[in-house]
Amino acid sequence: MEVLHRSAFRMPPAHLAPVPPVRLRAWFGLVLIALIVLPAAFADAAATTAGRAGIFATLARWTPLLLRGFGFNILISFVAMTIGTALGAFLGIGLISLSRPIRQVSWTLTQFFRNAPWLVLLFFAMFMLPFQLRIGGLLIPLPDWMKAVIGLSLPVMANVGEIVRGAVLSIPSGQWEAAESLAFSRHQQIWTIILPQCVKRMLPPWMNLYAILTMSTVLASIVGVNEVMTLAGQVEAAEGGRTDLLAPLYGWILLWFFLYSYPIARLTLWLERRYHVEI
Amino acid sequence: MNAVAAWFRQLYQTTGINLPIIYDPFDRARFLRGLDMTIELSVITILASIVIGIVGAWLQGSRLVWTRRIMQGYIQVFRNTPPLVQLYFFYFGLSALLPLRKTSYGTTAPLIGGFAWVCISLSFFAGAFNVEIFRSGIEAVPRSTREAAEALGYSRLKAYIHVILPLAFRVCLPALNNNLVNLIKTTTLAYAVAVPELLYVSAQIWSDDTNVPEMMVVLLIIYVGLVGLLVYIMHKVEHALRMPGYSRV
Repeated sequence: MEVLHRSAFRMPPAHLAPVPPVRLRAWFGLVLIALIVLPAAFADAAATTAGRAGIFATLARWTPLLLRGFGFNILISFVAMTIGTALGAFLGIGLISLSRPIRQVSWTLTQFFRNAPWLVLLFFAMFMLPFQLRIGGLLIPLPDWMKAVIGLSLPVMANVGEIVRGAVLSIPSGQWEAAESLAFSRHQQIWTIILPQCVKRMLPPWMNLYAILTMSTVLASIVGVNEVMTLAGQVEAAEGGRTDLLAPLYGWILLWFFLYSYPIARLTLWLERRYHVEI
Repeated sequence: MNAVAAWFRQLYQTTGINLPIIYDPFDRARFLRGLDMTIELSVITILASIVIGIVGAWLQGSRLVWTRRIMQGYIQVFRNTPPLVQLYFFYFGLSALLPLRKTSYGTTAPLIGGFAWVCISLSFFAGAFNVEIFRSGIEAVPRSTREAAEALGYSRLKAYIHVILPLAFRVCLPALNNNLVNLIKTTTLAYAVAVPELLYVSAQIWSDDTNVPEMMVVLLIIYVGLVGLLVYIMHKVEHALRMPGYSRV
């Protein structure tokens, strides 16, 4: 009786309460890689004969070349991010300009470059830019990769513009009024008072954008820039079009991109939490 | 129709602005097929990625810690690697490991074609983002609502379907909207594996007619239009689902 009484009135387990989010640890990844690589290694060793190199040996042989290609991707991402950020800062200031025409032009530019697919913009830059520029008597050659950088920096510009605008709008209006009452000019208000406060807020979305840009640098392979994906295709061809090489090859490149951008994602999350302001 | 075609032919002869997609029946047909393909890809991947998001968000709330870890691993891998490399990995890598099938002509063809692989890989790519988006919506459901559902004796699945998801879906619509817009733009990747979607047929047309600037402008306008259409539909959905007391605008 006693037992029945207690069980009848016991609280059910709190099964609807939200579970805490999981934190991934490095060893999960190592376990996963071991689970994939070990059986593959045995199968590979069994299939390796005198006339046919193993997949791991082949990958190892081409890794230096592929790494150089990967470095080129990173270089493209750096340059495109720099150009995009510089232009985007001005675009963002144009978006909050007091003059209506400037605001409208900036808005149109932002919407246009934000809503067009990256790949289409890349084609746009590839075909519409000349192969060399003549400025005065100076002849500046524009190689393919430079055009790709310009093509990638256009959407970055538009996104940075939006980030700047969002950050400026999140600054309390008291800051503007205080700056105004201290007789700062509009130019000084923006550059010395408002924007420095925005940097903290802009950092997480800006890093997010950088991660997206890094992912997009491989698009340059479609328009014929010699980066890691193009090289991967060439490696495949050099190995005589072995189809069993393709999955490990692309998987290997996937892993590099993951190792490069996952720490950035974690850092972004950490910064977001750190600078999070409760309103 | 003939008058319009004649006008555009006239435009080409007088100004050099060449738009064969309007006056040439062959180019028009393949351009429309490409547009149709892009819309088809977009609709399929949008629906599939939402399903992945909903199921994934439910799995993420699982009591089993390894289910959650695997979900988290899936999300992080797909979010932090380039979609193009994912697509190549699926289309070239995995496809090579699958058996071939016989076609009706007696030749062999891959078991899963380019179109299907694009759908699969883009759905998983966008789905990884959607899981996170739905999770953020689920976290925004008030605790008291959860407790009320629990007090009424809902099981975890039933509460998710009838109480939590309907509320979470409304909260995360703006973020979902953003991701789906991105997804439409990402369908251009199908170009890389020769699926004849809008960008691919446009490239064919500008190779044949050397009218790159005109086709570029047409492409950009159409993509902006498609994105605008999606945003319009999502606004309608948002409006239709709006709850009294929860309207934030």
